[in-house]
Amino acid sequence: MSTVWTAIAAAAVVSFVIKAAGPALVGDRDLPPWSMGIIGMLAPALLAGLVVVDVFGPGWSSLDATVIAGLAATAAATLLRAPMLVAVLAGIAATALLRLAFG
Amino acid sequence: MSLGTATFVLALTFGALARAEGWGILAPVVSSLIVFSGSAQFALLTALGGGGGVVPAVAAAALINARFLPMGLAIAPSLRGRRARRALEGQAVVDASWAAAHVGEGRFDRELLIGATLPQWPLWIAGTWLGAVFSPPQHVVHDLGLDTAFPAFFLVLLLHEAAATKRARVAAVLGGCIAAGLVTVLPPGIALIAATAAALVGLRRFRQRPREARS
Repeated sequence: MSTVWTAIAAAAVVSFVIKAAGPALVGDRDLPPWSMGIIGMLAPALLAGLVVVDVFGPGWSSLDATVIAGLAATAAATLLRAPMLVAVLAGIAATALLRLAFG
Repeated sequence: MSLGTATFVLALTFGALARAEGWGILAPVVSSLIVFSGSAQFALLTALGGGGGVVPAVAAAALINARFLPMGLAIAPSLRGRRARRALEGQAVVDASWAAAHVGEGRFDRELLIGATLPQWPLWIAGTWLGAVFSPPQHVVHDLGLDTAFPAFFLVLLLHEAAATKRARVAAVLGGCIAAGLVTVLPPGIALIAATAAALVGLRRFRQRPREARS
């Protein structure tokens, strides 16, 4: 349990500092252009990693066709310009319906 | 107000799943109160749930939130006051509000940003509390498909990122492949950090600037 509390406290501090850094530091200076290129690519690289790690799980132990089908529904809804809430709910509903049908 | 509703539903899910992971009631609520970042909290839960230690989990949360650095830099000129005040106003940067406040060509509407974020904070905390207290048993979470909520939330953010440039799509595919490969043998937190190496494709941009006209 103390692992969780330590992680929460540290994440809160880190999160605050990250959000504060840009506005506090920017002044009239800027980061060098090459670093901005990398920082800009952090989000897509890590978001893809998070989706994959969550879906695959350690040693690919979490793979579940109903989750993947749900994510396909979320992707389809997003590509059809559905708002985030609708897209996420579409994914949850697709997973739930498939589990109801085949579970 | 779909922002607030989305926030509330995601918070419910976070509270329920955190409780199911053995976080109790107080820890998820406090994390929503002081971290106030869905992606960072989901990253913590994912990394700790995979049996990783504190350091990989916090590093994963920090890296997933590293996007707030360029987002904060971009919005800084639109905020007000001295550095300390701007640092506080920068806390209002959350994905949906930041995107909503973007009025084009790098200009941001400060009132829109803060006005969109402020109501989301209590909704985020209340939703987490309700989810943790209601605490559906794990088979109910499974039957309702709630375990799809985390990756679906990340997937929507990912698709928005990937829609921006071809390079972002390359970084995403590369990051996904690295994570998929490494998670077979390494803890999820480590696989996540390794996935960020894919961000190095951002370096190419400046060597090949003349060819960048199409994106």
